[in-house]
Amino acid sequence: MPARPRSPLDPPLSFRAVRAVFLTLLAGFVLLPVYVMVTSSLKPLADVAGRFRWIPGGLTIRPYIDIWHTVPLATYFLNSLIVAGAATVCSVVIAVFAAYAVSRYRFRGKRLFTVTVLSTQMFPGILFLLPLFLIFVNIGNSTGVALYGSRGGLILAYLTFSLPFSIWMLIGYFDSVPRDLDEAATVDGCGPIGALLRVVLPAAVPGIVAVAVYAFMTAWGEVLFASVMTNDTTRTLSIGLQGYSTQNDVYWNQIMAASLVVSIPVVAGFLLLQKYLVAGLTAGAVK
Amino acid sequence: MTSAPTAMPSDTGPDAGADAQAGAGAAPRPPRAAVRVRRTGRMRPTGRLRRTALPYLLLLPALLLELFIHLVPMVMGILMSFRELTQFFIRDWSRAPWTGLRNYELAVDVNRPVGEALLGSFLTTCLFTLLSVGLCWLLGTAAAVFTQESFRGRGFLRALFLVPYALPVYAAVITWVFMFQRDNGLVNHVLHDQLGLGGAEHTFWLIGDNSFWALLTVSVWKGWPFAFLVVTAALQNIPGDLYEAAALDGAGVWQQIRRITLPSLGAVNQVLVLVLFLWTFNDFNTPFVLFGKAAPEAADLISVHIYQSSFVTWNFGTGSAMSVLLLLFLLLVTAGYLLVTTRGRRHDDAC
Repeated sequence: MPARPRSPLDPPLSFRAVRAVFLTLLAGFVLLPVYVMVTSSLKPLADVAGRFRWIPGGLTIRPYIDIWHTVPLATYFLNSLIVAGAATVCSVVIAVFAAYAVSRYRFRGKRLFTVTVLSTQMFPGILFLLPLFLIFVNIGNSTGVALYGSRGGLILAYLTFSLPFSIWMLIGYFDSVPRDLDEAATVDGCGPIGALLRVVLPAAVPGIVAVAVYAFMTAWGEVLFASVMTNDTTRTLSIGLQGYSTQNDVYWNQIMAASLVVSIPVVAGFLLLQKYLVAGLTAGAVK
Repeated sequence: MTSAPTAMPSDTGPDAGADAQAGAGAAPRPPRAAVRVRRTGRMRPTGRLRRTALPYLLLLPALLLELFIHLVPMVMGILMSFRELTQFFIRDWSRAPWTGLRNYELAVDVNRPVGEALLGSFLTTCLFTLLSVGLCWLLGTAAAVFTQESFRGRGFLRALFLVPYALPVYAAVITWVFMFQRDNGLVNHVLHDQLGLGGAEHTFWLIGDNSFWALLTVSVWKGWPFAFLVVTAALQNIPGDLYEAAALDGAGVWQQIRRITLPSLGAVNQVLVLVLFLWTFNDFNTPFVLFGKAAPEAADLISVHIYQSSFVTWNFGTGSAMSVLLLLFLLLVTAGYLLVTTRGRRHDDAC
């Protein structure tokens, strides 16, 4: 330890050295797949089929054109967008009302409700997959409502993880919005719903954005339900990307190009909104 | 990642006042009117009724959905586990013959193939979870502590570190699949061709015993940014004057980290480790994209194992029994963990 007192803004050399080494290695670890994804997506097929090369032998944008024909990527993209978007909107809207009730009112069964919501988050997805699959198949057989294989069924299935998470995060977030605000709004003549919509919601925007971003990302990347609950027309990206491997060839350059294309919207959105996510986590979960 | 980052009740007592200072980006607007008079008059009976019914009305959509997507499937899952539910009964599962505890006996009988494989998968998952959670926590905490103070390039690094978390699982993991390819992958190219390690023969990474390490690498790569995000958020709540006081008293930066930063993460760490545990233990997406429907034995995580027992060999009854056993195990671990970590702390739950 140095004898002279140091302020945190003036860290000693040992600290800065360790920090530099650690952060560089970590950044390298994080970047490695990103580098592979970007460079391989620009290589010709012969290049990705042979021994790996750090520097691409020749650059081509051909994979970015071919990805749309090899598999119906646009359809999968649209399916993912519809399913993830609808699951996000549904869970956020329903969760807003539920979380407002829990945060602002005392009522019988409140504890039971919060504990149930919390505990469902720890349940493995596989636990719900089997019964939901059978429920959907049986509903289809008895009523003709085709949930199995439909986007609607997948949206419902995605609510199993996005709804409890949204409710739980939003309870924490609404609690951090001072009650005086909605009381003042009530005095001003707003009803409870008016107070929620006009005062609490605007104050809780970061929390809502955080929840929405999280719900969307999770649904966008989900594989388990999508692998069972979709068919040829409703297949989402998470399963559709497997189509680039055929019996004879694996189009690695196209797989990488498609991976990049489907990643860019979520990564960009996430990085843009990350400050909300940190704020939302701080208020809602971490405290 | 089907299981969401959660918050535990002990750490988020719905305690409005204490939460208010935490909402960093949420500076609430001042009330439009400066009137802050509580409504003191006695409520009219109708208003009272409306007030009692209102929370339930607000909850109604959530309750209905919870019923349909959680409660009914769970009850059904438990019922299914007592039946001989094979592909012949999918169209009408209620006709499947009742077999009592036979599925459970099959699942836990380690002398027979089904039970033996389940036990193997369970132990693999335990070891994998232990290593993955430990490494994720370590990397996330270290990165958060090292980026706590401002330096050139910090904003860029923070954004970069979140990329694995933001990338869709299948896109990220499929890139790792490419990197782990035996002949045209980056990993073997670096290890064998460039560094000369492990002989001239290329290693198999996605089949055989090495698949465990491949899975662990991908899981840590994907999981640590979440720990980083949570710890970073928590570090923002440590008051700066603590560090200033410590510095005046002669504490160096390492001492400050050991005496101030790490101890103040206590409560957050408890939530974080539990969430990482549940998330990793239940993970399906990573192994499924990495290995496909049938994982190698060395990396056969329990979720994929149950999936395979149910949807590949079409025995839903045994699969359900395995799911119920898994759930019981997770409930036990979580309850035990919460009991140990919250002991002695005030349980300020306002409900």
